[in-house]
Amino acid sequence: MLDISESVMQFLLAFILVAPLLGAVAALLPAPPGLKGKSPEQAVLRHGVTVTGAVLLATIVLALGFDHDQPSKMQATTDISWITALGVRVHLGVDGISLPLLVLTALLTFLCALHSHGSPPRAPGTHPRAFVALLLVLESGTLATFAVLDLLLFFLAFEMVLIPMYFLIARWGGAARRAAAWRFVLYTLLGSVVMLLGLLLVGVKSGTFDMVALATDNGRDISTSVQLIAVLAIGTGLAVKAPMWPLHSWLPDAHTAAPTAGSVLLAGVLLKMGTYGFVRIVLPIAPDGMHLLAPYLGAFAVAGIIYGSLACLALARPGARGDLKRLIAYSSVGHMGFVLLGIATMTPTGVNGALFANIAHGLITGLLFFLAGAVKERYGTADLDTLAGATGAALYGRAPRLGGLLAFAAVASLGLPGLAGFWGEMLTLFGAFDPAAGLSRPAFRTYLAIGAFGTLLTAAYLLIVVRRVCMGAKETAERPRLPDVARYEYAAWTPLAALTVVAGLWPALLLGLTDPAVQQLLAGGTS
Amino acid sequence: MTLTAVAAAPAGLLGLAAGAPAPVGQAAGRTAGPAVAETVQSVDWAAVAPPAVAAGFALIVLVADLFVRPERKALLGRTAIAGLILALGALIPLRAADRRTFCLTTDPGVCSYTADRFTLVIQVLVLGGALLTALLSLPYTRGAAEGVPARRKGGPGPSGGLPAGGDRRLPAGGRGLPAGEPSRSGGLPAGEFWFLLLSASAGAALLPAARDLATLVVALEVASLPVFALVGLKRGDRRSGEAALKFFLSSVTATAVMLLGVSFVYAATGTLHLTELAQRLDAVPEGLGTVAKAGVALTLVGFAFKTAAAPFHFWVPDTYVGAPLPVAAYLSVVGKAVGLTGLILVTVVAFPSYADVWGPALAVLAALTMTAGNAAALRQPAGRARSAVRLLAWSSVAQAGYLLVPIAAAAYSGDDQIGATVAYALMYAVVNLGAFAVAALVARTRPLNRISDYRGLYATRPGAALALAFFLLCLAGLPPGVIGLFAKVTVFSAAVDAGLGWLAVIMAVNVVIALYYYLRWAAVLFVTPRPQGTGTPSAAEPGAPGGPEAASPAAGEAAAEPAGTTAARPGRARPAPVPLTLAIALTAVAGVVLSGWPQLVLRFAATTLF
Repeated sequence: MLDISESVMQFLLAFILVAPLLGAVAALLPAPPGLKGKSPEQAVLRHGVTVTGAVLLATIVLALGFDHDQPSKMQATTDISWITALGVRVHLGVDGISLPLLVLTALLTFLCALHSHGSPPRAPGTHPRAFVALLLVLESGTLATFAVLDLLLFFLAFEMVLIPMYFLIARWGGAARRAAAWRFVLYTLLGSVVMLLGLLLVGVKSGTFDMVALATDNGRDISTSVQLIAVLAIGTGLAVKAPMWPLHSWLPDAHTAAPTAGSVLLAGVLLKMGTYGFVRIVLPIAPDGMHLLAPYLGAFAVAGIIYGSLACLALARPGARGDLKRLIAYSSVGHMGFVLLGIATMTPTGVNGALFANIAHGLITGLLFFLAGAVKERYGTADLDTLAGATGAALYGRAPRLGGLLAFAAVASLGLPGLAGFWGEMLTLFGAFDPAAGLSRPAFRTYLAIGAFGTLLTAAYLLIVVRRVCMGAKETAERPRLPDVARYEYAAWTPLAALTVVAGLWPALLLGLTDPAVQQLLAGGTS
Repeated sequence: MTLTAVAAAPAGLLGLAAGAPAPVGQAAGRTAGPAVAETVQSVDWAAVAPPAVAAGFALIVLVADLFVRPERKALLGRTAIAGLILALGALIPLRAADRRTFCLTTDPGVCSYTADRFTLVIQVLVLGGALLTALLSLPYTRGAAEGVPARRKGGPGPSGGLPAGGDRRLPAGGRGLPAGEPSRSGGLPAGEFWFLLLSASAGAALLPAARDLATLVVALEVASLPVFALVGLKRGDRRSGEAALKFFLSSVTATAVMLLGVSFVYAATGTLHLTELAQRLDAVPEGLGTVAKAGVALTLVGFAFKTAAAPFHFWVPDTYVGAPLPVAAYLSVVGKAVGLTGLILVTVVAFPSYADVWGPALAVLAALTMTAGNAAALRQPAGRARSAVRLLAWSSVAQAGYLLVPIAAAAYSGDDQIGATVAYALMYAVVNLGAFAVAALVARTRPLNRISDYRGLYATRPGAALALAFFLLCLAGLPPGVIGLFAKVTVFSAAVDAGLGWLAVIMAVNVVIALYYYLRWAAVLFVTPRPQGTGTPSAAEPGAPGGPEAASPAAGEAAAEPAGTTAARPGRARPAPVPLTLAIALTAVAGVVLSGWPQLVLRFAATTLF
């Protein structure tokens, strides 16, 4: 849209990776005079907003400067040798697959920083300084995951988010936060070390770690058995992160314990790293191995859809003492099941659907976690039974705008046509109807049926949640009105809600970006 | 000058510590070529300078100790450090080209001393490690020098860093600490300490250059014998004596086994030069095959002892805990490098024809070592006395396992894999010494040195806490410890390249186990310390499993704290001694630079070193 010279684009891409790191270091230093603000806490939180805001701005300019006529071409590429001994190159670039994820990451991090500025994270013995620094490191790591084009750098970026997320959960989290943080970090690390072995196998056998070169090769240099092992190893690592049933068990605990910003980023961005890895690495680099394993991936994906929905239904039941955040976490398992199913079809339709569902899930679940955090703040608990009492939490009556937003997010999450959640799930199911040549049609038709049934279950539990949280008996003396949406909350939530509508009404905006790139990846870089 | 006499320059001069093996071993080597005795070898003094300078300074310190007045003993430490820096400087001219010396006059291609890239890198590692150890040791030895006279004068010592030590000692003694804490009064005797440290460094620097089995064994003994004495140097400490004895016995057994192996190999081949051995082992006479095999196996067992590889690692924790802290740091880095260097030389240079024997053996050994080390480190209770050093000790066993992986891989796919071990060892040396430096700093105020003593270190010493967290993450191999991550990647890729997939998977599991205890320790640093005086542990953190056993001593210490800290007010933490700060800063800067530019050490992984 904008005509920006290539060198400026390169700079912008490098800037969005490095600026958060520099910002993290700066956050630990005392504020310079003139920027001290009301208090040191306020100053550092504002610093977080400034840095993430600058990164978001740079990302938007990058997106505007992106040549939308050639989304399958890597743009803003930088390619510098870093560690010649290992053949690691600082190879950066964006195409139609990574650009939406970059924008989503920058946006969600900025909104989290904004939200933290309005309601500072509090925990005994902690300082917002560390919170902001960790948030920025996390942002740099996730952005890097989507922007690097070297297998080992991808691994480095993948690992980079572990430590900040661990501390965010362990220090600012709720009950049982330490155990949850440990579970998160150990699961992910075990997965990613196995992934490293797979990446090394690919690198050693093909002689390069460069994703573009490997994708162009399309696995021609690697024997099918090696591809199979590589897909198993890399896929395990990515599946833990995504998360795929049955490797998901770290997720509900981590989400329940994490602070609001942690939950939002975990669901909105970190899970995407797993599915992005499948699309960017597994599909183009080891297509033969993926071909063999795709039916199993599909099976696990639909198992995840059903499992997530059933778990949510169980949690939403009266008397189950279900936690709202835990419920949203389980719903993430279901939604990511759709994404994985789309990838397993290995068709452009399915993969496009997966990428769309990825973004939609980031927007909607991010919003849902913000709202769940707000409910928890106001009621002091996220326990559905305590919230609802005998009749319901009556959010419509006690905080109408908050209630309305929650209902909107829930409806978007269940995939109402016209909102973002719809297209992704529909396209993945379309993909499953007609999977890539050589994949078992009956199997994928079965997955299609099970997945479609999963959407019904999703609608069921989300409507139950809406009924129990938003509706209820009229306000009484014991149940006063609650503070409704504050200004900083509007600022943090409006963009997500607006984008959910935009993506729902104008899916071509995203699909136009991803489709050419997906076509090229699946065709081995030759289309 | 004959070879025998010259080789004695590094080794024989240290005969005080090394004892008789030097001449005997060399003599055995000579008998191979009867013509050697009549001819004169030319000696490349520049090539032998690094170990020779260290050895020379060892003697200077030993003699100077007799003449320096007690209050000026700090001079000895400075001399030793200057010696190590000079020895490091002597490496610079050697970078230009490979040099060889002490070659057979009959066959100039066969040499006993080679200064190639491998030698230089290992020499940088051991001399640099010794230099950092020396910096760590300064505060420990100086106390002995200034303890009595300084109090008589009633003034601060030369550096002014330690006068508070006298005040600290009283509450420490009053609390009835177990004997053997680094009490500043006892200190380490300066003259002996510096002499022994320099001697051991000279041996360690000689070892990578050795290209015949006799020189190798002599260098190994020169590198080890002074360390026995260093371990036992804490006077009047039962634990230190016990540690020295344990270390001594296991090490001497290893030497005996190794010498037996060497003699078998010599019997089967008739040569001690490694390159010659490699050729002749290919064609061992029919009847001697078993002897050669037994010799190879026994030699390897001996070196496995020295590297503390798995079934032979039991001496490590007790020795590290009993030894003075800087000596433990030295053992964990330089001591380990010595064993590994020997192992590399023997396996890759001397016994390549038996790769099908030692390859699988080393792979199994590596797997066992890392698993045993990590499992034990995982089980260290944070509240146990000296658990920090104990954890570092076990983690060093585990790291030795990772270091063995590329050597095992070399059996399957060639010498180049050795570079991964070298690169990993360089990374490990920097960050492990850094971790020990922070441990030494913490031990000054918390002599029990439990992991629970690191609780809230960030509040009192943010710099040290950040540095330690960085070192631990490097050891764990997680960003921001980028260099640790990529060093592990090179090791993994060596294993994958060699087709040792099962070993790579075992290592992967171990990396995750190791992360748990490293990260647990790192997390403790940033936890808010308990309010002083209140003995009850508020909001017990599972991340710092203090539990009741940790709580009670902590309460006792908290109660005793005011007496100790009043002297050091107004600052919350007493100023750290300059050498310790310098050591932490050096290692931290090195770690950060390497993280930004891993190529600095990883380049060794990409080329052949020999």
